[in-house]
Amino acid sequence: MQKTDLLYKYLRTDKKFPHLWCPGCGNGILMGGLIRAIDRMELDKDNVVVVSGIGCSGRLPVYVDFNTLHTTHGRALAFATGIKLANPDLVVFVIMGDGDATAIGGNHLIHMARRNIDINAIVINNNVFGMTGGQYSPTTPSGAKSTTSVLGNLERPFDICKLAMGAGTSWVARSTVYHVRRLTDLICKAVEHDGFSMLEVTSYCPTNFGRRNKMGTAPKVMRWIKDNSIPVDKAKDMTPEEIGDKLVTGIFVDRDDPEYCTLYSELRIKEGYDPHEHEHGK
Amino acid sequence: MAKKTAGKTAKKKKKTRKKPESAIGPRVVSDEEEKAVVKLRKRAKNKRKESRPAVLLSGNEACVMGALAAGVGFFAGYPITPATEIAELLSQELPARGGTFIQMEDEISSMAAIIGASIAGIKAMTATSGPGFSLMQENLGFSIIAEIPCVVVNVMRGGPSTGTPTSPSQGDVMQARWGTHGEHSIIVLSPNSVEEAYTLTVKAFNLSEKYRTPVILLLDEVIAHMREKIHLPSEEDTPVFNRVKPTVPPEWYEPYEDTPSLVPPMAAFGDGYRYHITGLVHDTHGFPTNKQNEIKAHLLRLRSKIEKNRREIVMVESEMIDDARIAVFAYGSVSRAARRAIVLARSTGRKAGLVRPKTLWPFPEVAIEQLAAHVDVIIVPEMNLGQIVREVERKAAGKCRVVPLNRIDGKLISPEEILREILEV
Repeated sequence: MQKTDLLYKYLRTDKKFPHLWCPGCGNGILMGGLIRAIDRMELDKDNVVVVSGIGCSGRLPVYVDFNTLHTTHGRALAFATGIKLANPDLVVFVIMGDGDATAIGGNHLIHMARRNIDINAIVINNNVFGMTGGQYSPTTPSGAKSTTSVLGNLERPFDICKLAMGAGTSWVARSTVYHVRRLTDLICKAVEHDGFSMLEVTSYCPTNFGRRNKMGTAPKVMRWIKDNSIPVDKAKDMTPEEIGDKLVTGIFVDRDDPEYCTLYSELRIKEGYDPHEHEHGK
Repeated sequence: MAKKTAGKTAKKKKKTRKKPESAIGPRVVSDEEEKAVVKLRKRAKNKRKESRPAVLLSGNEACVMGALAAGVGFFAGYPITPATEIAELLSQELPARGGTFIQMEDEISSMAAIIGASIAGIKAMTATSGPGFSLMQENLGFSIIAEIPCVVVNVMRGGPSTGTPTSPSQGDVMQARWGTHGEHSIIVLSPNSVEEAYTLTVKAFNLSEKYRTPVILLLDEVIAHMREKIHLPSEEDTPVFNRVKPTVPPEWYEPYEDTPSLVPPMAAFGDGYRYHITGLVHDTHGFPTNKQNEIKAHLLRLRSKIEKNRREIVMVESEMIDDARIAVFAYGSVSRAARRAIVLARSTGRKAGLVRPKTLWPFPEVAIEQLAAHVDVIIVPEMNLGQIVREVERKAAGKCRVVPLNRIDGKLISPEEILREILEV
């Protein structure tokens, strides 16, 4: 079977399974999308790096057979910066959760957006700190319940895509764990984009968010995501009131900005460095 | 048994020392013979020195030169007084050499980025001062547990918090040792001259690559900003160690294998060895583990690889110590005042000597044990309220008196202050 081939080709099946994600979690769907995209792009496994921070999303690299790095909380993008600048030939994915990317790692996120290093960031947004048991995150909706907002969340949530756009990201998109094929397409497009790309994947946490906010079972939330998603083309002609709290999906920004590694290698040459002379010495 | 080991260490030190009077331990040749050998060596060294032009450098600049000689290819940092010159100079020097400089958004990401670059196979460093060093502590722990070589320069300034940014201090000795959480060993070097800022930076890279561990270079503000005429050592006098890479086929590679050397070979990302690196305690394959025996084995190996190699890592120099009754134990810029003080003390007939650790951590325990056995008192001057003195007291274990001499008003400890203490004790 072709599907099982894919599993055995890209997962560390003999080493680290079963995984630790809860039944109904969206993380596995993202992992599937990532693997399918890498397979479709025919990327060399030896040249793929997957970096993560801390949280449920942080465990993803353990399961996939690439060069994998599980860093400290919120710092995945900064570690990835070092890797990519040291070896620009590597294809670097950074998998983060919403807390990882926008709370503790928010500063790194906006500066990555500004620098435009060719790194593919994927933020899987389940609106909650899942691994620590369900505390409110910067993307938890106002009024929602969590273990640290039992009486309702007083804070306003970030729109991760708008945050990334505001900071100057040259490629921004949103997909969901329901739209699996579209998710795979978008990951491919993110890889193709020469510069920092930021893909938000709307997910959910049935264990620590859905349960406390009476959202029902995982399939029910999945249906909610399906019914409440609007493609960006369609949303263009709608008023903000019509859009409301619906999920707008698709590519928001796709700009051809100068990429940092390219700029830096040009600077080296300008300073008298000859890359060909050192090619074989490495 | 313990005595035997101590004797051996002393013998080794004798071989590598620079000055004849710095010996602790038994002599193996007569004084005349030794003097002749030293003279010849000195002449050869001077000849080599003469062939190289003298340069006037600050400690920070010498640190940069040392890093370049050691093969640094990546620097990430954040501006902070009094370490900024290191970043400024490397931002100019690295591109032409094919290296990379990046100014990050803070010290947390700077530390993260150098670990990332090192994982991709490039020698990497950062430079900071107290407040920035505090921010680096979590990721410093990451590089310890994941065994990623890198060099962190901390030019100490007065603290806590913003403290006194332009004043000298030695307040981070304990932060360098215990700043990151959890049980760990660490290597910390402390130069006392511009020349040593160069040589110890090279050494820091070499130790870091050899033992797969972060190495901290603790400069104080005076050494960093002071200018001295030095002769940069030639390439032949600057041995460079590069990390050992795996030679086995990828399917046999165990990235955290417990090898006899205690330091497993390190593959870079992109080398064809796909493996997992994590800050969680991991098994020999790099995957997270909760098994008691694996947790213990991992943490003990991290400790042993440094503690069992003290003989190479711990560097101590001594002067006029053979017949000394009073020893001054000092490091960094304070050791220069201490040297002057013992010379002055000798002129008044006091038998004073200097012991100067170039390695602060792991602490030079054997040197202190030997010293305590044959002096009456050890004076420990420090620009803090007494950090390394506790270690000295612990190892002296009551065999001799240990007297602290402290200053935290942002001014240097003067030779006269140390002399006064020598005359009093």
